[in-house]
Amino acid sequence: MFIGRAIYHSFTAPFFPAQLWRQLVDIGYYSLPVVGMTALFTGMVLALQSYTGFTRFNAEGAIAGVVVLSVTRELAPVLAGLMVAGRVGASIAAEIGTMRVTEQIDALTTLSVNPFKYLIAPRLIAATLTLPILVFIGDIIGVYGGYVVSIYSLGFSPGSYLSQTWDVVETMDVVSGLIKAGVFGFIVAMMGCYHGFNSGRGAQGVGAATTNAVVSSSILILIFNYLLTQVFFS
Amino acid sequence: MTKQGTPKIELIGVKKSFGNNHVLNGVDLVVPEGKSMVIIGGSGTGKSVTLKCILGLLSPDEGSIKIDGEEVVELSPQGRDDLMRKFGMLFQGGALFDSLKIWENVAFGLIQGRGMDRKEAREIAVKKITAVGLQEAVADLYPAELSGGMQKRVGLARAVAASPEIIFFDEPTTGLDPIMADVINKLIVEQVQELGATGLSITHDMGSVRTIADYVAMIHEGKIVWTGPVEELDSSGNEYVEQFIHGRAEGPITRRVA
Repeated sequence: MFIGRAIYHSFTAPFFPAQLWRQLVDIGYYSLPVVGMTALFTGMVLALQSYTGFTRFNAEGAIAGVVVLSVTRELAPVLAGLMVAGRVGASIAAEIGTMRVTEQIDALTTLSVNPFKYLIAPRLIAATLTLPILVFIGDIIGVYGGYVVSIYSLGFSPGSYLSQTWDVVETMDVVSGLIKAGVFGFIVAMMGCYHGFNSGRGAQGVGAATTNAVVSSSILILIFNYLLTQVFFS
Repeated sequence: MTKQGTPKIELIGVKKSFGNNHVLNGVDLVVPEGKSMVIIGGSGTGKSVTLKCILGLLSPDEGSIKIDGEEVVELSPQGRDDLMRKFGMLFQGGALFDSLKIWENVAFGLIQGRGMDRKEAREIAVKKITAVGLQEAVADLYPAELSGGMQKRVGLARAVAASPEIIFFDEPTTGLDPIMADVINKLIVEQVQELGATGLSITHDMGSVRTIADYVAMIHEGKIVWTGPVEELDSSGNEYVEQFIHGRAEGPITRRVA
């Protein structure tokens, strides 16, 4: 019911472009450092761990492929989704929950402004649009992290590392990760809005809404990651 | 404009329960156009729920709610949005939007709800801000920078900014000192009279009742137990009203303290 209303109001006028722009900046731009750092260190540690394992089988040449496939298909979308769930999902639930308990949402209604259109639709659209962009940037940074460790720490040749990366990665690897990211962005915003909008009274109610938003979106991300992986690659 | 003799607001047998908690048990209420009705009653007797049912923030389980003679209980979302243009509301806690400046709060309904140009809306907002006794400089502050009394004034300015036909006041003087409470009460009367609007207030504060009301309704256990002109309040002969206006612990209204 809530999801249906949220989606309906995301596609019907009136729209609030200023609110959408604010959410694009809040959810997208300000999440860039945390997603970038996560992707960078994930790519770096992946190269290190792969090297440790693959040297036992004289398969060091596969490191570039492992790094790029792991990052684009799984790690960048899932870790970015989880990090954004912590940063953005919690913030959405806390903000909307506080608005609920202080009657600001009721005030919107009395001022002839639909809260679904003003509060929920911009967050839903912004998160669904920006997470794929964040993950695409995360893909590049993650692969770069693996490249840096492989070249400067493990002694790989830059040219062969990059050519191995290009040889292995296919468009579908990147696209599947970006589609996952869009779904994860939708989940994060929806859970934040749902729990905030239905927040209980007082500080305890807002606290519980925030916790529930992060926990439910994290679990849903992991479940949908499995389901989408099965759809794309099985 | 209401047809001659049609009440501005009319509630017939409105019931609302939350689980086993029957908050409204058949509320009947008539508010004539251009008059100020104040609902009095203890905490938890259904005052706020009555207001929220009229506004459509809660759906009644049974009964009829009419605005200008038209049924509004099963209104479509678009119909509800249109109906809301008739309303202004001053919330108990102000309910100002933290992230917006004071003038943006006051002009919110004009800009977002009616699509008015920001410059024009700001001019109207500043006029309303000064009309409730605040300085023009307050317009560019944020709600957190204001005292409780100032926030109430801004809430009042926001409630009247779009010149509504009906204005609701939810506990307008709660949390204010007696002098500020009187200032707010007088501002309410001034603003409502200036607009020629219909007022519906809920309060425990007898000072507010005597200043704001043309008519008074007493609610107890989800039912209106007395209603009449404010002049008849002291001679109502209703034991609930007598106990409430004199603030006596003894009487038909009993409180469980657990």
